[in-house]
Amino acid sequence: MMDLIKEYWQQYLWGTEGRPSGMVVTLWLTILSVCLGFMLAIPLSLARVSTNPIISRLTLAYTYLFRGTPLYVQLLLIYTGIYSLHAVRATPLLNYFFRDAFRCTILSFTLNTGAYTTEIFAGAIRATSLGEIEAGRAFGMSTLTLYRRIILPSALRRALPAYSNEVILMLHATTLASTATIADILKVARNAASDYYLPFVAYGIAALLYLVVSFLLVWSFHLAERKWLAHLRPAIKRMG
Amino acid sequence: MGDYKLIVENVFKRFGAIEVLRGVSLRAKHGDVICIIGSSGSGKSTFLRCINLLERPNQARIVLDGTEIVLKPDRSGELNVAKPRQLREMRSKLAMVFQHFNLWLHLTAIENVIEAPMHVLGLSKRDAIKRGRENLAKVGLAQQLEGRYPAQLSGGQQQRVAIARALTMEPEIMLFDEPTSALDPELVGEVLKVMHQLASEGRTMIIVTHEMNFARNVANHLIFIDKGLIEEEGPPQELLANPNTKRMRQFLAASR
Repeated sequence: MMDLIKEYWQQYLWGTEGRPSGMVVTLWLTILSVCLGFMLAIPLSLARVSTNPIISRLTLAYTYLFRGTPLYVQLLLIYTGIYSLHAVRATPLLNYFFRDAFRCTILSFTLNTGAYTTEIFAGAIRATSLGEIEAGRAFGMSTLTLYRRIILPSALRRALPAYSNEVILMLHATTLASTATIADILKVARNAASDYYLPFVAYGIAALLYLVVSFLLVWSFHLAERKWLAHLRPAIKRMG
Repeated sequence: MGDYKLIVENVFKRFGAIEVLRGVSLRAKHGDVICIIGSSGSGKSTFLRCINLLERPNQARIVLDGTEIVLKPDRSGELNVAKPRQLREMRSKLAMVFQHFNLWLHLTAIENVIEAPMHVLGLSKRDAIKRGRENLAKVGLAQQLEGRYPAQLSGGQQQRVAIARALTMEPEIMLFDEPTSALDPELVGEVLKVMHQLASEGRTMIIVTHEMNFARNVANHLIFIDKGLIEEEGPPQELLANPNTKRMRQFLAASR
């Protein structure tokens, strides 16, 4: 067991120079796909609540597709499926993009978390109180100002608890990247397990590392909620 | 015509088959305090909301400060503004106070007050805060409370913040939509006191209300709306003492 740890601890955490692996890769996968998914979800959630039925239904089609199929299948389709198409390999730009496992993984993770996040945000936008929107209009705000200053800030705050859940689920979903040859925590654990034939130790270490990252995420969302959801806390006695 | 700040003529409004307003008009000079009374469902709130076009009338003519708001009917037969910019400009001159306060819940009291002046009028944060603090002081909100969120304030405090929010726009006319109807009885007084003070400063106010005493003592013009029409109007003291119509006598008897 000590030999396993001695040989693999660095790979579990950050890998070697030029070959990052383990926790660093898991974190990078999570952060990148969550950030890109967030940027995707902001415009799409607005499209989802649009009064234009075509825009709204097209967005629904996207979220339905990506929430209705397993992420693993999406990853396989994007990583191995798309690249097997002749037309893709024949187009230099597509060939360049889909050849790379990491890019394919990030693409599928982003589209997947983007779909869930879109629905979370859209729900929060729909729940904005009509009175607050009306007040904005009554004070002469343009639709853009109204969304930028009132609707989105209030909706994103409300979405925070559900969104933090989605981010933690995404962290756990990154384990699928190991099936696409990405050297994340799970991939290192697999190598270590087969090397030493100590699966309990190898996967136990992986579980601990995921636990640590989850804890960090939960904690930062806790801090974010304290800051951004202060207006939902009951009256506090700050002064006499 | 020149000395009227606001002229609203012949407002008609239908909700489906129901005619809510059937030709209501109003004129306000600088410093006028006009109270609008009527039973619920009479159309008085709808009329107020047609003035700043939160409700789109089927027919209306609106002239603010000598400038007519250009209105065009859309496919559903409701009037819409021809120039969105003119609508925003008009609304920024007509600040509204709502029955349910409608404060922005994710913003603190002072942030609520400076939001529209900064992002609609384009005031700098420093100027907006200066103006906002003066108005929070005017409505009697202690300065320690300015950092509180609406949910941490009482109903009366929230409505006073909402009044300060309207004041900080430095509007030409203030519209009040039943500002005390959602308040506990013991909190009504503090809000009426602030409104009384604003009236005595010479502000132009149009107030939909159920507070007969306030209407009698503060307003210089009273309008009684019934079933979408102005049933009676005139100086409040006379009108409340000697209503001409049976409908208004009934209404006053019932609201006593």
